Amino acid sequence: MTTEGVILNSSQPEQQNAGQSNAEQLKAARQARYSPGQSAHKFSLYLYPLLALALLLLVNLLLDPQFFSLQWQDGRLYGPLIDIVNRSAPVALLAIGMSLVIATGGIDLSVGAVMAICGAVCANLLLLGDWSIPAVIGLAVLTGLACGLVNGVMVSYLGIQPIVATLVLMVAGRGVAQLLNQGQIVTFQNPDFAALGSGDFLGLPVPVWLVLLALLVMQLLLRRTALGLFIEAVGCNAKASRYLGIDDKGIKLSVYLLTGCCAALAGIVATADIQGSDANNAGLWLELDAILAVVIGGAALTGGRFSLPRAVIGVLIIQALSTTIVVSGLPAKFNLLIKALVILLVLMLQSELFRNQLKALFSFGKAHGGKA
Amino acid sequence: MSRTYLPLWITFALVLLMFAAGASQFDGFASLRVVTNLISDNAFLLVTALGMTLVILSGGIDLSVGSVIALSGVAAALLIGPYQWHPLLAFALILPCAALFGAAMGALIQYYQLQPFIVTLAGMFLARGMATLLSEESVAIEHPFYDAVAEFGLELPDGGWLGATSLLTIALVLLMLVLTHYSRFGSYVYALGGNSQSAQLMGVPVARTTILLYASSSMLAAMAGIIFSFYTYSGYALAAVGVELDAIAAVVIGGTLLTGGSGFIMGTVLGVLLMGLIQTYINFDGSLSSWWSKIVIGALLFFFIALQKLLSHKWQHKAGSKA
Repeated sequence: MTTEGVILNSSQPEQQNAGQSNAEQLKAARQARYSPGQSAHKFSLYLYPLLALALLLLVNLLLDPQFFSLQWQDGRLYGPLIDIVNRSAPVALLAIGMSLVIATGGIDLSVGAVMAICGAVCANLLLLGDWSIPAVIGLAVLTGLACGLVNGVMVSYLGIQPIVATLVLMVAGRGVAQLLNQGQIVTFQNPDFAALGSGDFLGLPVPVWLVLLALLVMQLLLRRTALGLFIEAVGCNAKASRYLGIDDKGIKLSVYLLTGCCAALAGIVATADIQGSDANNAGLWLELDAILAVVIGGAALTGGRFSLPRAVIGVLIIQALSTTIVVSGLPAKFNLLIKALVILLVLMLQSELFRNQLKALFSFGKAHGGKA
Repeated sequence: MSRTYLPLWITFALVLLMFAAGASQFDGFASLRVVTNLISDNAFLLVTALGMTLVILSGGIDLSVGSVIALSGVAAALLIGPYQWHPLLAFALILPCAALFGAAMGALIQYYQLQPFIVTLAGMFLARGMATLLSEESVAIEHPFYDAVAEFGLELPDGGWLGATSLLTIALVLLMLVLTHYSRFGSYVYALGGNSQSAQLMGVPVARTTILLYASSSMLAAMAGIIFSFYTYSGYALAAVGVELDAIAAVVIGGTLLTGGSGFIMGTVLGVLLMGLIQTYINFDGSLSSWWSKIVIGALLFFFIALQKLLSHKWQHKAGSKA
């Protein structure tokens, strides 16, 4: 039995029709309890997301033999692979924050709107002209933190259900961004700031470095301190962790703050990339992509577990998929359909029953798939 | 006052408060016309939210409803227009297909133990993708049946008018009230949301119930799509984007817990009415720019959720100390 199965069984022990006996489930639950995600089954946790990514890249290679080619031009790497990594930067930043919120059993629907607000803040400050770039970035991040504070207070101290609490900011936030822009698309000319979105550093695009930096800082913050453990504890059982002396409300507040901060960074990258702020479309529906990426990375929405690298792999899968559809030359109207089917397939691969059915299919050549 | 119905009464009080606020500020707000318009403007949202209530009561969620509304609208428009079907025949094809779509999602959730949020998110992409595939442009509907339905209705005093779709919606509300609160299926759904392990041990047919309730949610969403097509006389693949979130918000404002097992159909009706009243209030005001109206909707949403939370907390505390 792989750890994937263990996760599913431990989060939903009540579902007994997965074709397992009680003894097996008990064993699985025990294993889940005594292997805290990090050490024993690390490899198999990464296996299926990485397998899906590799498959997608392989399809791209078949469609376009030049797909893996990398060129060095003007001190920077160019190539389809770099494009994928670069384009996934905003969603990757969102997914890093979203992982933590989801680990506490919450969800943040407002990140797209927060991106739009922070983008609008950047564009308007740059348009004023007398603000230095670090100050602009600082204010945008502060704005993101303020949005996170609103969400966090609603969820942890007012006890409002996360999906509704963050829905408030999702609706109102876009209004705030439009208010800042006065309903216009605000554009600016600032090569230094634009470099954050389209510049390069040591051969790689700046957004990629930002993602790596965020990943590193967050990973250190979460795994080298007890914070990550606390987050997972609160996600498993908020009441029990309160009795253990963990400030569960504070932990919940802090993950929304971190998510707000990540959304601000994503907003900065997106704004710098197009050198303007479009309050209507900046970050629109990206929250769904971020949530999807986290789940493709193997996290349960019920909380209790997170992995930032796997969430980023999830983002790469989604971006590689979009690229594949473009490379394949299919009309744009097929995009959503193919996206939906591939996502279903990736999710099914994580279901143990489906994998067993696949095995049975191959060993007997019997025609009974699982897809609906 | 019974504690079970407390969230319901609080939401009811908030609806009255919102109505009173509108009536005190604007002439003509307190009329039967506003009330009946409230029902006909929000009929499709209400029907969607009914299905959503069922799903949320079971501890799940259905994000695909907005796309299913668009898909059924486009399918109806195409069948009636280019393919020259009679609307009723088209509906007779669309509703079972939608039920099958929902049942497939339910089966994935049940048998493959995938998370409802993600399965229905994929369902949302799938339905929207199929709708765009059918037609990327808005398809107009012109049929004598649609005209006949538009003329049919119940004339009320004070400018009130309950059209055919409003009457259908009210009938569906009554049906869902009975189904949820007075049928075996309804108690299965509550049991599932309370604790699906216990439900299974109690002998609740968990698999059948899960599949059935996602099927009914999709079917109600398709019904909402048809109602929406009577409202707009067209089908459009990009219609009803984000309606799933409105429906979820309405269900939650109505006092249903997202964790499942607790809530009421009437609560959802009140939740939809409250959201509709907020919109009506903003329309009556008329001076708000589109961004201010978004901010005000968000603020009012927050105000009502927080107030509801506060009141139910306080009253429960009071009741607890008395007992």
